[in-house]
Amino acid sequence: MKKIINDASQVVGDMLKGMLLAHDDLIEAIDNTNVVVAKDKPQTVGLVSGGGSGHEPAHAGFVGDGMLRSAVLGEMFTSPTPDQVLEAIKASDTGQGVLLIVKNYTGDVMNFDMAKELAEMEGIEVDSVLVDDDIAVENSTHTAGKRGVAGTVLVHKILGKLARDGHTLQELKQIGDALVQDIHTLGVALSGATVPEVGKPGFTLDEDEMEYGVGIHGEPGYRREQLKSSREISKELVEKLVKEYNLNETKKIGLLVNGLGATPLMELYVFYQDVVNELKNHNVEVVFKKVGNFMTSIDMAGLSLTLIDLEDSSRLDALNAPVHVVSW
Amino acid sequence: MELTGEQAQRWILCFQEKIEKNKAYLSDLDQAIGDGDHGSNMYRGVQAVKEKLNELEDPTTEEVLKTTAMALISKVGGASGPLYGSAFMQMAKTAKETTELPELIQAGLEGIKQRGKAELKDKTMVDAWAPVAEALTNGTFSNDTIDQAVEDTKPLQAKKGRASYVGERSIGALDPGAVSSGYLFTALVEEVLK
Ligand SMILES: Nc1ncnc2c1ncn2[C@@H]1O[C@H](COP(=O)(O)OP(=O)(O)OP(=O)(O)O)[C@@H](O)[C@H]1O
Ligand SMILES: [Mg+2]
Repeated sequence: MKKIINDASQVVGDMLKGMLLAHDDLIEAIDNTNVVVAKDKPQTVGLVSGGGSGHEPAHAGFVGDGMLRSAVLGEMFTSPTPDQVLEAIKASDTGQGVLLIVKNYTGDVMNFDMAKELAEMEGIEVDSVLVDDDIAVENSTHTAGKRGVAGTVLVHKILGKLARDGHTLQELKQIGDALVQDIHTLGVALSGATVPEVGKPGFTLDEDEMEYGVGIHGEPGYRREQLKSSREISKELVEKLVKEYNLNETKKIGLLVNGLGATPLMELYVFYQDVVNELKNHNVEVVFKKVGNFMTSIDMAGLSLTLIDLEDSSRLDALNAPVHVVSW
Repeated sequence: MELTGEQAQRWILCFQEKIEKNKAYLSDLDQAIGDGDHGSNMYRGVQAVKEKLNELEDPTTEEVLKTTAMALISKVGGASGPLYGSAFMQMAKTAKETTELPELIQAGLEGIKQRGKAELKDKTMVDAWAPVAEALTNGTFSNDTIDQAVEDTKPLQAKKGRASYVGERSIGALDPGAVSSGYLFTALVEEVLK
């Protein structure tokens, strides 16, 4: 393992300190917690998200006017605890209630649920939206269900804008529940991620191997094979993703090409143009696009592609609205 | 049999020692079918439990159980934090009414099931708790009960938690949460039931 760190067991805290120093105009932390809160707190429903660390800039990079009110940072790849989430909820409530945006993992779901129960006991109205955009996993009763990955960032952006516009908690919950069903993501990995305290990659791939469908914590994907060209990879991901939509009539969609941490922007753009070409074979019109590192997996090499249904123009408007956050 | 506060304290501290000793092993088990953090998650939790329990003087059974619950909930994270936390929370609630051991363990099991919605044979810690709770209630409990319950998670395919993502590949591996729960019950045997 080669990393620019001081102490492998202190990486989350050290990162947080640096982030606060670098962006003291936008965010602050609640004392003695790993909770990042927006300095600017309008009287609207507060959005709270979070999860294990290692997915930077998610989620702290999306805290600020127009996106999240606060983000809770767990240990590396480990869900934050209920008391920390509770602190975030308390700091995010201005009397209009708090909406939790949770990625679908057993740990996150249970910890955020417990926090919700604790907050309700303190008289704060709380609801939650569960994001499960990763189509690599089947949504069957025999698994913990589809996982939440890069599409979560689009949920932050859209609901963040609508919260700023003054939508109620109930409305945001409803809009959010419908929204997550229209966002689908699929990823591909070229190498595993190394958690600093573990010191070695969570999984290994041969020099010429890649794996489709790997999750953002290195969860196993659906197929391992010889490394393919960007064009071939885009074909596979696009073909699988478009199946999730009804394309009898031309549909307006948005695209998010997300790097997993160790893949250069150059490759993301190479891949992006292949995606655009590939989509010409399908009945879609791309009305929104985003390329960059939004939901990473520490130093994993690879990327994910997210599609979102933007037929509803309020979604597109929300995605295009200006924000004041570190990393949009 | 009733569990006194002093016994409860020794029980949990013994559990802490077992987790500490087997931290790496638990993470290795989790690496095989999950994300390799069960040992470090539990270790973080029981260190906090130890600190809090050592602050208590002549605690009641309820106090020990509640202190354990709170420390685990605030330190473990992941799936096992809320699960163990809910187990000890339900035990603490029950201890207000009765400190009979079978009732307490049964309450802990209910706490886990309510939180995680897992059924028997989903290859989770429920598969360690349920047989132990049953044997304690029926008076058939022995060391074998624990070993057998833990071992019986091997042939199961995981239907809940991270291990469910690997599908059939989870067959043949021990469930890490069942193994750590096994330590909890072995600690009970050593400190209370011996
Ligand atoms: N729904 C559930 N019900 C009961 N036990 C469960 C459930 N899901 C997981 N477990 C138990 O939790 C253990 C894994 O705990 P661990 O501390 O590794 O959390 P994790 O799954 O890695 O959490 P995270 O989702 O944050 O990564 C499993 O071995 C299993 O015994
Ligand atoms: Mg784990």
